[in-house]
Amino acid sequence: MTVPSVAERSAPDIDAPPILAVRGLWKVFGPKAESVVGSTLTRDELKQQNGCVAAVRDVSFEVRRGEVFVVMGLSGSGKSTLVRCLTRLIEPTAGEILLDGEDVRKADDRSLRELRRHRMAMVFQHFGLLPHRCVLHNVAFGLEIRGVSKRERYARAREVIELVGLNGFENSYPDQLSGGMQQRVGLARALAADPEVLLFDEPFSALDPLIRREMQNEVIRLHHEVGKTMVFITHDLSEALKLGDRILIMRDGELVQVGTPDQVVGAPADDYVRDFVSDIPRSDVLTLRWIMRPAQPGDPLDGPTLGPDVVIRDAVHAVLSAERPVRVMDGETLLGVVTSAEILEVIAGGPQA
Amino acid sequence: MTGRGEVVQSRGTVAMKPAKESQAKEGRVSAVAARVAARLPARGYLVVATLAVWVLGWALLRGRDTLALGGAELTPLHGGLNTGMDAIDDSRNSNPFFLYFINYIRLFIDEAVRFVQALISQPSFDRPVPVLGWLGVAGLATAIALLYGNRKVALLTAAGFLSFGVLGLWQESMDTLALTLTAVVLSLAVGIPLGVWAGLSDRFHRLVTPVLDFMQTMPTFVYLAPLTLFFLIGPASATVATMIYAIPPAIRITALGIRQVSPETLEAGTSMGATPAQALRLVRLPMAKQTIIVGVNQTIMAALSMATIAALIDAPGLGQTVLKALQTLDVGTAFNAGLAIVIMAVVLDRVTSAASRRVEVARRAGRLRTARGRRVEVAGVLGVAAVLGYLSYTYIWAAEFPADANLGPYVRRAADAASQWVQDSLVTYTDALKNLLTNALLNPFEKLLTGSPWWLVAAVAVVVILLVGSVRAALVATVGLLVLVLLGLWQDSMVTLASTLVATVLVMLLGMVVGVWMGRSDRVDTLLRPVLDAGQTMPAFVYLVPILGLFGPTRFTAIIAAVVFAAPVAIKLVAEGIRGVSATTVEAATSAGASAWQLISKVQLPMARSAVTLATSQGLIYVLSMVVVGGLVGAGALGYDVVAGFSQHQLRGKGLAAGLAIVVLGIVLDRVTRAATERADAAAHGGLHQR
Ligand SMILES: Nc1ncnc2c1ncn2[C@@H]1O[C@H](COP(=O)(O)OP(=O)(O)OP(=O)(O)O)[C@@H](O)[C@H]1O
Ligand SMILES: [Mg+2]
Repeated sequence: MTVPSVAERSAPDIDAPPILAVRGLWKVFGPKAESVVGSTLTRDELKQQNGCVAAVRDVSFEVRRGEVFVVMGLSGSGKSTLVRCLTRLIEPTAGEILLDGEDVRKADDRSLRELRRHRMAMVFQHFGLLPHRCVLHNVAFGLEIRGVSKRERYARAREVIELVGLNGFENSYPDQLSGGMQQRVGLARALAADPEVLLFDEPFSALDPLIRREMQNEVIRLHHEVGKTMVFITHDLSEALKLGDRILIMRDGELVQVGTPDQVVGAPADDYVRDFVSDIPRSDVLTLRWIMRPAQPGDPLDGPTLGPDVVIRDAVHAVLSAERPVRVMDGETLLGVVTSAEILEVIAGGPQA
Repeated sequence: MTGRGEVVQSRGTVAMKPAKESQAKEGRVSAVAARVAARLPARGYLVVATLAVWVLGWALLRGRDTLALGGAELTPLHGGLNTGMDAIDDSRNSNPFFLYFINYIRLFIDEAVRFVQALISQPSFDRPVPVLGWLGVAGLATAIALLYGNRKVALLTAAGFLSFGVLGLWQESMDTLALTLTAVVLSLAVGIPLGVWAGLSDRFHRLVTPVLDFMQTMPTFVYLAPLTLFFLIGPASATVATMIYAIPPAIRITALGIRQVSPETLEAGTSMGATPAQALRLVRLPMAKQTIIVGVNQTIMAALSMATIAALIDAPGLGQTVLKALQTLDVGTAFNAGLAIVIMAVVLDRVTSAASRRVEVARRAGRLRTARGRRVEVAGVLGVAAVLGYLSYTYIWAAEFPADANLGPYVRRAADAASQWVQDSLVTYTDALKNLLTNALLNPFEKLLTGSPWWLVAAVAVVVILLVGSVRAALVATVGLLVLVLLGLWQDSMVTLASTLVATVLVMLLGMVVGVWMGRSDRVDTLLRPVLDAGQTMPAFVYLVPILGLFGPTRFTAIIAAVVFAAPVAIKLVAEGIRGVSATTVEAATSAGASAWQLISKVQLPMARSAVTLATSQGLIYVLSMVVVGGLVGAGALGYDVVAGFSQHQLRGKGLAAGLAIVVLGIVLDRVTRAATERADAAAHGGLHQR
């Protein structure tokens, strides 16, 4: 199984304004939630003293247009709560959520509904399909709610059903489909509304490993085809690394680290993250940028060249078979060199490094 | 359960869980009581000692202060109630509450019932026969069964409706059906919206649940008489009584269906921007549809059962026939009409069950069969029904069930002969059983209750409840017993209480033995379950008939009828409890070498204790509501007072008081069993913690 390298994917425009910006978000469950905001007590202490659960504490991040933004953390770390706060399926306790600069928290009922109908759509862990409706009607459900005419909504539903590879199953009912296919229906339903942002709450954790991998590739393919911004929740690090342009790691409701997959693996923010990524083969995630060393005076500089964002694993062959150090070039500038020594160190250091 | 601060107590040590603020006071009171109790010797001895004091007191004070009151005797309170009821009667056409509210409801319901009767049962619109004759009604019913159910139930429906004619009870059956259908339609019209509301709103759910509990635990007989005060004797009262009984399942089950909808699916709807109304219409209602139809089924069954009982307030139909037969001890006629009631119950049950299953099936079949195919089928079936209806409207042979086909007299005679034969051949056994239970259990207990001074009985009861239950239950009991005294029906209440307790003991014996058997063996379960289901769907009236044949018109008949009525519930609950014991635990005990008896007594029953106590309290409620019916067959006491109140004007007040006394008994018994259960549970848990 190959992990598509980060560089392969269309890099989102870093300088453009973010499509989604979250600032100082808190969600506290329990009595007198407001008073807990800003507290520095740990979760357990809060629970003891106030009977409150601080599911999300002071989380800030930005999602760029067109990127796949992964939120990951262990069970109970507040991921689901966080993603539900984005469309106020759970009402946040404090903080700002800006969608294209507009504060979602200030929206009234009607404009919140409009936002949910047109701009953000969600895919659920257990699919959340309507058992009494066939696939076509399930997919058209969101459009029906919006009041789109029958003809139009079924035409659009057929389009997305085709897009997720379910043609031929329009008239099947959810309980006649496998888990993977049901989640394709969930995906199609979210896509049917043509939203700007797709939210996924652990969409594949209820699926078995083979199907999960297939669905991950499907998401990658769809991302290429439709280029939507995606916020993807998972507790599976390899899924996060595989899909994410950037990854946000949460623990006990708090943000621990945000960064690209190679940043997370190469420079874990603390022991928690280090522990998390310790099982990941670094050569699959890190790029040459992470292992190159400055060219020394004696180095022959006529070897082959590679870009700094090439994943180590993809460079192994080229580096080992070259007789000279491989030059890491960003355009015309020489960033550094890589030799068999660096490659072997990463591979030998393996997961423990 | 109540969130009261519970006193966890075991072997002289006291532990107390934190009480909720609102009930802190109560918690303190019971803490004091517990501390006092902790210094006293073990509870069991105290209970025995109290009972010994009672027996001693009975021996010494026998016959004093027993508050006996003859059948036709009245207390001033009864007289006052009579006057009050007369005043209500008189104000019917002057009081604005009646003029602008109650009377309209009565008119509306009366008209609704009359209209349905005009359609199917009574001569109407200047015709000597109803609009639809037997052929039309049977055809229409079969068509409905075919369209909403399947071919099998359609066949059953046709056979069932024909059998009403064959039994010679066509018109009576149609009267019962008319009353039932009207009540069902009205119940659903009220119950489903309320159920949806209770499904959506937690607050409303919390508000209605105790009301529904009360409606369902109140013995049905009790509210018949007061209803006639407002809605007069006749269809309106009968319909309202039926609705009181039939609405709770409609509300409960609808609310359950709405609540059961998967939260994730709902969230999916919200996340797509569904308004609350859209979520209800597009997500909740369709997903709850199947459950709601189960609620419709329960509503229909409850309505039918009550529609027959409503014969006591002159509701037309099969109930009347049974009632008259019971009063003249005519077993054959009662059996014949009872059979018709059972057939109607089975048909209605099967058709609605099939309809609820069809919701599922239709979904799948919908793809195979086109919508057009369905439309053709509907049109065809309805067409045939319309032709049959037209025939029955036009021709007398299709309107009146042919007299030649009336086999009712044969059925009656056969039933008479059979019951006579059974009586003759079983008389030694039934008499032995009757005498054994009457002399060994019922009589001594009843003598003790009715022969002791009322204050002694009350004091003993309160002390025992304090010992086995809680302070709160003892308070409820004190108030309840005083109310019984004030109502002037102390002795009658004690007679009824004796029968109720004896019947409950029998129910629990049956429940434990058969329930354990059923819970342990799949084969027994498959064998018995349909019998129990049938027992539960059958209207209560029907039980009385064969039992009356066997045991004659005595107290004992009422007790046996109550046992038959209540046992299925108790058995099922116990069996479920036994089944609920984890297989691993049973396996562990077996592998440790426990014998079957040890397994039952040391593992399965103790672990199923909450199911057993639930079975007891349910059994009590069922028994109480049936013991009253016993008033019809010679059981005397409160049941008789209520029944006499229906028929004799000057006894109306006493009947009302007797109804209240039954409710009071029910509340006290319910509270006491609950408190005893809670204490037993708490003691068991406390014991575990402290060891
Ligand atoms: N409605 C609620 N009321 C009270 N506490 C809640 C509620 N919902 C979630 N929590 C608590 O908030 C914390 C975060 O829950 P959340 O569901 O967001 O975690 P998660 O990261 O999605 O976990 P998982 O991987 O198990 O889905 C948990 O401790 C949970 O118990
Ligand atoms: Mg979650």
